[in-house]
Amino acid sequence: MIQYAAILLMMIGLYGLLTNRNVIKIIVSLNVLEIGLNIFIISIGFVYDGIAPILTSTNNSSALIFVDPLPQALVLTAIVIGVGTTALGLAIVKSIYSKYKTLEIDEVEEQ
Amino acid sequence: MKKILGFILTIGLGLLIIFALDSNSSFDDFGFANLSNRVSSHYITKGSNVDIIFGETVNPESGPANIVTSIVVDYRSFDTLGEVTVLFISALGVSLLLGSAVTQKRMSLDFKPNFMLRVGSRALFGIIIMTGVYVTLHGHLTPGGGFPGGTMIASAMLLLYLADDQFRAKIKGFKILEGVAGSLFVIIGLLGLVVGTYFLQNFLPNGTVGDLFSSGIIPIVYILIGLKVGSEISGVIDNFLTEEEAQ
Repeated sequence: MIQYAAILLMMIGLYGLLTNRNVIKIIVSLNVLEIGLNIFIISIGFVYDGIAPILTSTNNSSALIFVDPLPQALVLTAIVIGVGTTALGLAIVKSIYSKYKTLEIDEVEEQ
Repeated sequence: MKKILGFILTIGLGLLIIFALDSNSSFDDFGFANLSNRVSSHYITKGSNVDIIFGETVNPESGPANIVTSIVVDYRSFDTLGEVTVLFISALGVSLLLGSAVTQKRMSLDFKPNFMLRVGSRALFGIIIMTGVYVTLHGHLTPGGGFPGGTMIASAMLLLYLADDQFRAKIKGFKILEGVAGSLFVIIGLLGLVVGTYFLQNFLPNGTVGDLFSSGIIPIVYILIGLKVGSEISGVIDNFLTEEEAQ
């Protein structure tokens, strides 16, 4: 069921990317899309009654039922790259605003 | 008109994804992932036929008790090097777009921070830094590691920036730290090539699963990643909170 919610989040983000003309809203849409994708990738590895893939003193054997650790490792990578792209996008937004004094793409004029 | 077109397009794409994955034999149902068919079963058993026991198994194929760490920094370590490079390039792009950090001055806040705010933020600063260092050091035993730990350290810097309008970090030191940590990561990888057989090989003994001093080079690499991520994101924060000096 949570996979449908993740696909819904992805589609909300994509709709926002297609229709918004405000640069801040475009970056927010990109982040919503990314979070939906991350939840979807995590949900692929979920196992009922599975425990987090960490050996501790109470869950101390690799013979126990774990959830899939590989999607979690991939999402760790995806989150970091998402932070990098968001920072770069916001830097572009800041320089657009300091030059044109607006955040709407339609109001940006050639000088 | 454009909005209706976008709505139809997204609904169509969403239904396409749902129908493609629904009752697809090669895509496991939610909650019933079959790990024995996947490469993850190798990562969990660490390639051995005997069960890995926390605190007892000595010198397994990959040391960390946290299996996600053993994937991120051991099995797929080269991927992590690429990830760190992507973060470095985006931080470089931010500092190129927002101007050089040396000639700029601090952006002023809308309010005057009072005495309590300044002292309280400095008291919290130490606690947040300590939490970040703890998370970074125990990346191979508990949830966490270099990326979350480094982000916590950077968030401590952000707290000081937001609570004090005179504060400016010594950004040159961060740049040096970032460069040194990144180069040491590559040098450790090359050492694996020299001492062992392949790039980023774990050439130190793995030790007992669950010890703080275990799993060879993995804690060292994760500490370097934590330093690099922390200084990089602090540099990005400094770039965003400074502006050109009015001439």
